[in-house]
Amino acid sequence: MINKRLLLIILLIFFPFKSFALIEVDITRGNLNPLPLAVSSLASSESDKEKLKKDLNINDLGLEISKIVENNLKKSGLFNPLDKEAFLQKPDIAHLKPRFEDWALIKAQALITGKVNLEDDKLRVEFRLWDVLAGKEILALAFTTVPKNWRRVGHIISDKVYERLTGEKGYFDTRIIYVAEEGPKTQRVKKLAIMDQDGFNTKYLTLGNELVLTPRFNPTNQMVTYLSYFKNLPRVYLLDIETGMQEVVGDFAGMTFAPRFSPDGKKIIMSFAKDGNSDIYTMNLESRIVEKITNHPSIDTSPSYSPDGKYIAFNSDRSGYQQIYIMKSNGKNVKRISFGNGLYGTPVWSPRGDLIAFTKLHKGKFYIGVMRTDGKGERLLTENFYQEAPSWSPNGRVLIFYRETKTDSKGEGFSAKLWSIDLTGYNERLVETETDASDPSWSSLLSN
Amino acid sequence: MNLGKIYKNIFLVIFLGFVLSACATQTTQKIDSQIQGDVYTGTDTVEYLADGVPDRVFFATNESVLTTASRETLRKQASWLRKNSEITVVLEGHADERGTREYNLALGERRANAAKDYLMTYGISSSRISIISYGKERPVDSGSNPLAWSKNRRSVTVKAN
Repeated sequence: MINKRLLLIILLIFFPFKSFALIEVDITRGNLNPLPLAVSSLASSESDKEKLKKDLNINDLGLEISKIVENNLKKSGLFNPLDKEAFLQKPDIAHLKPRFEDWALIKAQALITGKVNLEDDKLRVEFRLWDVLAGKEILALAFTTVPKNWRRVGHIISDKVYERLTGEKGYFDTRIIYVAEEGPKTQRVKKLAIMDQDGFNTKYLTLGNELVLTPRFNPTNQMVTYLSYFKNLPRVYLLDIETGMQEVVGDFAGMTFAPRFSPDGKKIIMSFAKDGNSDIYTMNLESRIVEKITNHPSIDTSPSYSPDGKYIAFNSDRSGYQQIYIMKSNGKNVKRISFGNGLYGTPVWSPRGDLIAFTKLHKGKFYIGVMRTDGKGERLLTENFYQEAPSWSPNGRVLIFYRETKTDSKGEGFSAKLWSIDLTGYNERLVETETDASDPSWSSLLSN
Repeated sequence: MNLGKIYKNIFLVIFLGFVLSACATQTTQKIDSQIQGDVYTGTDTVEYLADGVPDRVFFATNESVLTTASRETLRKQASWLRKNSEITVVLEGHADERGTREYNLALGERRANAAKDYLMTYGISSSRISIISYGKERPVDSGSNPLAWSKNRRSVTVKAN
């Protein structure tokens, strides 16, 4: 799907030199020795610098873009961007022909160089990735876009570098939708908020007049489904991010909640609560046809499709307590998959299809973990007083979730924050947000 | 051996034991008197729909079963509603913070419905009762301790008109 707003054309060719590269980053284990690399400031002419400064109010756009790349790569835990103070070569010369000895001297194994200029009021950015030890270029790309999209250029460069060096797609040119929270714990004000994956460009999509929960992107990242208490009627809504248009999903005589899109974006799957019983339903957004998927007197909720759309993982207490089940997308062949000690909730199918992330409560502690789709191979990634609601990065390497703190004896000290952790269980990080935050949902890659 | 002295010592030990256990039970008793089998039985947060008609009932963790005390409260509500036939109510179901958000929404709905069903068996028409679940979104006590959680696991009957 072409995103009209983001005019972005890949101009140059992507040179695949995969088989020759000496650099290899292993992302399957916790990385204790992140790869040292140098991200040179992107060079630009003095006249372009002046113009860009006037247009965007940024002194040195090339430097700022290189900082975005450094920050992304550093936070991945796989790379160690070196201090620019140690660089010996000027950005413009390095971009033409790096003196590899100089970069090897500061222990950089890879080098990123680039150039920024204005062409007919469009921003043109090119960059090169160099293998310092082999002494050659391993990737070269250029983009043209509108100047105000400059941060995205930094993210796209990060994705290309990550992909070239790890062999897997990146997750930097993405957004997070979440619930921004403020106010006392007993009367929280909640708004839908969206931001770039690195915490920049935060926008609030609702005003906080009504309670909103659990926003989730559609596959093209243009729509969001969420729960709103508009007029005190908790219902699943659909929001078009660009136009701001909202509508109720379906005509249910009771609370609908826990919505997610199907992988083709055509259906919304959710729970409908009636007479003390919650079952799972789907609604086709084109035909408006509603289907009941589960039919059981227990609570059935938190449905999540497999990436191929053939299966659904969900949460049910039909065994007496919250456990994770999978079934075919038509509701047949229901099978319990969680059998460990404790309660299990919020199953989310990984984008690769091989794992299910979940929240687990055991002996008063909350865990984020993953298991295979048959329930075997359970791995707990992080333990805390309270945390839940994992959401996968589009490449299936990182999980974002939210964590709440325990209040003291006076009920003070409550906070809710977003955190991320690698599938390896390493690299746990606070994801900075302007306000308190919960219910994060990670978009797919915005470009390509 | 001086038997008298031994007796005296034993007596002292027993006496001290009494004093210590008295101290220990005093604090636990304070909580015990407000929680029974994980269900809140105190009156801290309770408001009254009318004289002697408490507005809320409490639940055990993960449960939506009505306790004896809850049923008594709901019978009082039913009799008050029968006497005031113009009044309609909303039953607001809640959960504590120790559960996932989506499951708690379902649990709150189940709790409010348990209360609704009971009111209906005591002759209140379902058309006078609507329900809403807030899950864990609207705790009444912001504490992170068993007592606070027990107060938050509740269904509250609110006048709608």
